[in-house]
Amino acid sequence: MIFVGERINTGFKDIKQAVMDKDPKPLQRWARDQTAAGATYLDVNLGAVSTKPEDMCWMIETVQAAVDTPISIDSNKPAILAEAIKVCNKPPLINSSTASQEKMDVFLPIVVECGGSVIGLSMDDAGAPKSADMRVEKAGMFLATAMEHGITPDRVFLDPIVMPLKFMQDQAKEILEAARQFLLFSDPAPHIICGLSNVSNGTTHKKLINRIFLTMLINNGADAAICDVMDTDLVHAALTAELVMNREIYADSYI
Amino acid sequence: MDLVDVKEKWSNTINTVTIGATASEGGTRGKTVTVGGETTLPFLKFEGDIPHAPVIAGLVVDVVPEGWPEVLTSAIGDVIKSPAAWAKTLVDELNVDLICLKLLGPDPAGSNRSAGDAAKTVKEVLEAVDVPLIIWGCGDEEKDNEVLPECSQAAKGENCLLGSATESNYRTMGAIGKADKHKLIAEAPVDINIAKQVNILLHDSGFDLKDVVMCQVTAALGYGFDYVYTIFERVRIAGLKGDKHMALPQIANVGWEVWKVKEAIADEDVLPGWGKLRDRGPRWEATTATGYIQAGADIITLAHPDAIKIVRDTIAELTV
Repeated sequence: MIFVGERINTGFKDIKQAVMDKDPKPLQRWARDQTAAGATYLDVNLGAVSTKPEDMCWMIETVQAAVDTPISIDSNKPAILAEAIKVCNKPPLINSSTASQEKMDVFLPIVVECGGSVIGLSMDDAGAPKSADMRVEKAGMFLATAMEHGITPDRVFLDPIVMPLKFMQDQAKEILEAARQFLLFSDPAPHIICGLSNVSNGTTHKKLINRIFLTMLINNGADAAICDVMDTDLVHAALTAELVMNREIYADSYI
Repeated sequence: MDLVDVKEKWSNTINTVTIGATASEGGTRGKTVTVGGETTLPFLKFEGDIPHAPVIAGLVVDVVPEGWPEVLTSAIGDVIKSPAAWAKTLVDELNVDLICLKLLGPDPAGSNRSAGDAAKTVKEVLEAVDVPLIIWGCGDEEKDNEVLPECSQAAKGENCLLGSATESNYRTMGAIGKADKHKLIAEAPVDINIAKQVNILLHDSGFDLKDVVMCQVTAALGYGFDYVYTIFERVRIAGLKGDKHMALPQIANVGWEVWKVKEAIADEDVLPGWGKLRDRGPRWEATTATGYIQAGADIITLAHPDAIKIVRDTIAELTV
């Protein structure tokens, strides 16, 4: 299971303050804690705090001074990405591009340049998809275009776009079905990832919903999630789901 | 029409393990042996890197095992009485890459030799040859816990490969491996889940898996060979796919296991129509070994000089 730790994000108050004060400590503490919890990548998100590439670079360099976990650069601004990839010590995960031709034309060359991986959202300029079919169409277009750029499926993470269960209850089934069909795109299949916390947005039982939805998504082929890796119940449920799917070899101390 | 490219691409690399230490590395070996580092399945060089070919460890036992047929003991010759001389012959005449010293003598069910005696044998063998050494206990856990620490200390700094760490003794083995700077064999009883468990336990107790070689209790051809073969294969595939607890080089203890089965010890008088043991014995050993090499074994122990020659030729042929 590929866990992308979501915590280094200026959407959280402590990180926002730290970025504004250029205080490395909170970023580095979360970098260490999430790495110890098993994060494969650390998502780094500058959010609306700044539009300056150097602020994103500062965040990445600060994280890398504490841990050697690869970075997931969370930005939809090409100018920021182009600078951020230069400071990454390991091939990063670019989070993310939609399947609109305009976006892919800009983002995919950046992925090629840094030799990293990329999250492809199963949507385009027309907005969020409503059905499984629409998701499959957009994701398929993204994968095909990525492969035309020489990016192999093992470097592509397709995202079926998770919607809040509370507000769009009918979408969960569509998302699961889309993921199942993403698996059929290529052999070996691309990675399937989701921004998990969206599903529990606004709900009372957030952790339970995250946990159940992720295990169901793993059953449908997902092998990656941007999530709260500090939620040990969630991580253990995901690792167990991978055993149930026979993707990992069982051992008594698998956790 | 273009042919479809069927090459597999794996995401992970098998650990590289070096056995032996030269003078500049704190030991007295004339050379070291490195295994592992593969990025693809055995011999599929067109798919990935196979930086190190499988190596042969010549088997030396401190006391001659009961039941070894004359076909084997006579081929080894008089040197069988002296582990040091036996090891030297294997290196000088058969050019083996390492020596695997099996310490059967301390077995309480057999000669019940002392730990001190075993350590002395280790020193003698280290002095007689300059290739790296594998030191393997008798298998009686209680006695091994006494014998292996002493042997480990006798070989301190030589970067030997010590066998074996199991689910129950991994703490002791990890401690002596670290204290005396040796590598470890992690052993499981033909069980991939326990194999992974032993590795996790070693790792969690602070022993670096980059210093470990995995071993399944090796089955001779005809005695569960296919079970062990598939475990070797599944371990390697899991390792290449990214399971860090499985991305380890593997050893098959063929020389030790084969010369216990009737096909390798009973001649035509007992097995009419099976052909002369003189040919069949070493071939049984060589066939078992070449099977494991194709399943993913990085180190093979072998006893019969003819088997050593056959397996070396096979490796050379497959590595071209």
